[in-house]
Amino acid sequence: MSIGHTLLGLLESGPRHGYDLKRTFDEKFGQDRPLHYGQVYSTMSRLLKNGLVEVDGVESEGGPERKRYAITDAGITDVTQWLAQPEKPEPYLQSTLYTKVVLALLTDRSAADLLDAQRSAHLRMMRILTDRKRKGDLADQLICDHALFHLEADLRWLELTAARLDQLAKVVAP
Amino acid sequence: MIPDGSLLAAHDLRKTYGSTPALDGASFSVHPGEVVAVMGPSGSGKSTLLHCLAGIITPDSGTITYAGRELSAMPDAERSALRRSDFGFVFQFGQLVPELTCVENVALPLRLNGVRRKAAERTALEWMERLEVDDLGAQRPGEVSGGQGQRVAVARALAGSPKVIFADEPTGALDSLNGERVMELLTEAARSANVAVVLVTHEARVAAYSDRDVTVRDGRARDLEHAV
Ligand SMILES: Nc1ncnc2c1ncn2[C@@H]1O[C@H](COP(=O)(O)OP(=O)(O)OP(=O)(O)O)[C@@H](O)[C@H]1O
Ligand SMILES: [Mg+2]
Repeated sequence: MSIGHTLLGLLESGPRHGYDLKRTFDEKFGQDRPLHYGQVYSTMSRLLKNGLVEVDGVESEGGPERKRYAITDAGITDVTQWLAQPEKPEPYLQSTLYTKVVLALLTDRSAADLLDAQRSAHLRMMRILTDRKRKGDLADQLICDHALFHLEADLRWLELTAARLDQLAKVVAP
Repeated sequence: MIPDGSLLAAHDLRKTYGSTPALDGASFSVHPGEVVAVMGPSGSGKSTLLHCLAGIITPDSGTITYAGRELSAMPDAERSALRRSDFGFVFQFGQLVPELTCVENVALPLRLNGVRRKAAERTALEWMERLEVDDLGAQRPGEVSGGQGQRVAVARALAGSPKVIFADEPTGALDSLNGERVMELLTEAARSANVAVVLVTHEARVAAYSDRDVTVRDGRARDLEHAV
């Protein structure tokens, strides 16, 4: 995910402090991976340098200096372009899983056991996400569903590969 | 041989159709109130296992124990009575009686167990309400959608207060949104009523509603969590 574009987008509703940006980001998008302050400030200084945000005011009531950021017209254009541009469909061809399966076959280890263990781990994760989905609000449901569909796709690949192991063995380790 | 505290357990089941081995030493167990998914490739023996567990077909060899009683040693009449009183069923489709209304369908297991009509239909309506289909009571199965029909079927499976529900691809004919809702309602109702569920499915997203999964390959059931 592009943190820069996301923070920019959050600024469209009005100027905010770095701390406020972090909190809103974590609340809406950062369930599993909240931002570090360092990430926020390095991102904001990059956006500032590129003219996508500007400093709207500085406060320093007693504590350290706090900058308030506002999005610029160039920033708005940037968000528009990001949203309009489809994400590159990743084929994940040389995935770790594929590498592990081939390596197991090459070294005479059990690729079937490896696939079974992976399948089991995937299903366990799917169970956790399903549970979270059941208890969560609509936002949780959509986030979990996205992860679930991806895990499901992996699982189907695992099953297909398990069914073709003999064939694959002949190809990679003749 | 029988896992501690299990409600229903099968050991070393074998079943052959002609020269096709459908089950080849399958073992399985489910605890009260537990939801177990049975997964595996097409033709691996999932439905055969489920039918054996439910006493619908008799395995060539092996033992099935339900609540301390040996299922395979029971006289047919006793096994049928047990099926009516303790088991509920949900299949992919074609399980509702087309001539009866939905509420009569749901009330059917209760009626077969001797409950009077009024009381049976009252209980039936309560279950239909939980499955969000109480407004379909007067319709016949031919007049409701696939997803609604499946919810009616789940309500019927639960209405007779079974101890075990056998579900063979209960969401197989539904789109993913409806399928998931049916699974959510089925597992929620089953857990709150302490009903065990044996759920055959090839869909991981459906299996993810279970507490545990078992994989059947070439007629052998394998419990991955316990095998590792
Ligand atoms: N009544 C029957 N007569 C003959 N062979 C049968 C019968 N029922 C099942 N079989 C065979 O037994 C094997 C296991 O079948 P089963 O229906 O249990 O598979 P399954 O895992 O449920 O498959 P699917 O996912 O396609 O429903 C298959 O080879 C099937 O052809
Ligand atoms: Mg089947």
